[in-house]
Amino acid sequence: MAKVMTSGGEALIKALADENVDIIFGYPGGAALHIYDAIYQQDRVQHILVRHEQAATHAADGFARATGKPGVCLVTSGPGATNAITGIATAYMDSIPLVVISGQVPNHLIGTDAFQETDMMGISRPIVKHSFLVQKPEEIPVIVKKAFHIATSGRPGPVVIDVPKNLTDPNEKFEYKFPSDLYLRSFALYDEAKNSEVKKAVKLLTEAERPVIYAGGGAINSNAAKEIYEFGKLMGCPVTNTLMGLGVYPASDEQFVGMLGMHGTYEANMVMHEADLIMAIGARFDDRITNNPNKFGLQAKKIHIDSDPSSIDKIIDVDVAMTGNAKKVISQINKELKAMNFDNKKFDGWMKKAMQWRAEHGLNHNMLDQKNPKDIILPQQVIQSAYKATDGKAFVTSDVGQHQMFAAQYYHFNEPRKWINSGGLGTMGFGLPAAMGVKFAFPDETVACITGEGSIQMCIQELSTCGQYGLPIKIINLNNRALGMVKQWQDMQYGGRYSSISYEDSLPDFIKLAESYGHVGMKVEKLSELESAMEECFALKDKLVFLDVYVDPDEHVYPMLKAGGDMSEMFLSKTEKTFE
Amino acid sequence: MNHIALLMENQPGALSRVIGLFSQRGYNIDSLSVAPTQDETLSRLTMTIGEEGADINQILKQLYKLVDVVMVQNLSEADSLTLELAIIKLNKAKTDVESLLKNYEFEREILDEKDNYTVFKVLGDTLEIEKLLSELKKEEFLEVTRSGTLGMTKGNESLATNDQTKISYD
Repeated sequence: MAKVMTSGGEALIKALADENVDIIFGYPGGAALHIYDAIYQQDRVQHILVRHEQAATHAADGFARATGKPGVCLVTSGPGATNAITGIATAYMDSIPLVVISGQVPNHLIGTDAFQETDMMGISRPIVKHSFLVQKPEEIPVIVKKAFHIATSGRPGPVVIDVPKNLTDPNEKFEYKFPSDLYLRSFALYDEAKNSEVKKAVKLLTEAERPVIYAGGGAINSNAAKEIYEFGKLMGCPVTNTLMGLGVYPASDEQFVGMLGMHGTYEANMVMHEADLIMAIGARFDDRITNNPNKFGLQAKKIHIDSDPSSIDKIIDVDVAMTGNAKKVISQINKELKAMNFDNKKFDGWMKKAMQWRAEHGLNHNMLDQKNPKDIILPQQVIQSAYKATDGKAFVTSDVGQHQMFAAQYYHFNEPRKWINSGGLGTMGFGLPAAMGVKFAFPDETVACITGEGSIQMCIQELSTCGQYGLPIKIINLNNRALGMVKQWQDMQYGGRYSSISYEDSLPDFIKLAESYGHVGMKVEKLSELESAMEECFALKDKLVFLDVYVDPDEHVYPMLKAGGDMSEMFLSKTEKTFE
Repeated sequence: MNHIALLMENQPGALSRVIGLFSQRGYNIDSLSVAPTQDETLSRLTMTIGEEGADINQILKQLYKLVDVVMVQNLSEADSLTLELAIIKLNKAKTDVESLLKNYEFEREILDEKDNYTVFKVLGDTLEIEKLLSELKKEEFLEVTRSGTLGMTKGNESLATNDQTKISYD
């Protein structure tokens, strides 16, 4: 084959193309200019120009969550790099594969406090899976290959490649070689679980009286939905998903008891509390799940499947630890259960108990029928209306706060990768750019961003990007004229002292704002008009619609776990609670 | 007290990842020693974690998760040798070095001495060195520097490197 000569900048983009990347999100600047020049001169990799580097990382992140493929973004040095930090941390906390390429000042200026210099390796170190500082242009293809392998394998995560400008010089050409293999020393990956562990797990599962399957984001990362559904059916026991795991087990299935944790359903939290066996799949017993870890699952034996050994026994000690790929490990367990013709009838009573809890204090999924004389819209009704208008089939991204919890509780996700939110870091501003990433990945699918008037203003500038690329995202703004989740805590724990949560007089006119970017804006204030507006919003297939829905500002998210309590201790409404 | 031995890639930034992990995860390092090995691509560290109740297994797992870290071992769980070097500079007028050292079995050597000061090295167990230092009064001290604990397991086994893992793509 003829030798291909490239510059460092060209090698970088060519290596991305050879990694099958066809879209990257970014923002140019001085240290990245050689790379941008290389982008201009090829057509295999499309570059999407965002309006802020944070949005580039969130868009790449949304793309990755929806497709399962790594998201890629490109930023310049200094402020470009620091603006990307929030997005990198967001991906890190949720274990999302991201490759972030940052320009750096030329080698000879590193350490001199040069213009737009920042130590990206240092600043990003605690929030990346790994990072590379390119030393020689010839090593760029190998570094790209390693970066993708590290970002996507095992427990996925973001990888930074910091590229000094002089190493991308268009005048310095070298022979481009994309490696066919790569070598990493002692890079441990876990695949199947040991047979002895599988046997132990199956023994606990079949001997249990009250088992529960608790699946999280790791189950989605390993594409284990099919296997977990089969496992659920073999067990015939309650299944719950974490905020990050929603969709990995179908919400409409009769065994699904809803999300668990801080704002989980009554029945899911009760099932966790009363279970005698907790089967954790790609979930990490974090503090929003366990509540007080010293009071968590005291009656239960625990089995934990995770691709990251350091997640095991970190917060909760388990009886059987299975380090491996959730999809493969669950297949191993399913095989054993099938081979022994396991009869799950003995869990029928336990399943009934879960349904009884649901009947007592479960969420009301038919709130659209609840009219009120003032015609006020409740936030839950907005989610139910969006669910109805999209037939439950939309990709839904969200920001962070009450609207996020309402969306998680009331939009029934039947498939993985449809619910896209910042669970670990809790990043406001994530929703709109993430929706852009999803829309680029699935241009023919409905993509809704459920947000609040607080969160949406954190990355509102991306309305411009949506205009440039014609992205008909549906923004459903639950406008309660206050930072709702903060207000809820101030109501419940700070005697209603509303410190810094309102800005009603200074809210923009979102309709005019959307229109000024060339989009459609719609406002709804009455419940009687909600459903028709929602239908109209989703019917406008080719337009971005900003649906500004005025909702009851006093509504709280319930259930809510009592701080420091166990999983059965919940506030159920403003007047009801399960504890003394 | 736990002594951890660690092999890592001899690359810029690798050490900062190891150190950073400790502050990031809220662990304390009491001592740290690092230098390249006979294989110039690898550096070897010995770390001492004195903190009571530190979750050593979690620390080991977090360390091993770092891409630059090739191998980790808790020396305190194995039959191990540990050794520390200290160079101590004392005010000779205020201390009787010989009677001070006579209760210790250190390998020792005077490195520099004049009428009013003495500099000597001791080579020995970390706890013994700490005991010696605790006996000295503030006015006796001029300076001390310690290598941090160095360690390896006894026997013919070594903290071997895994061979490079080849990852193939079709």
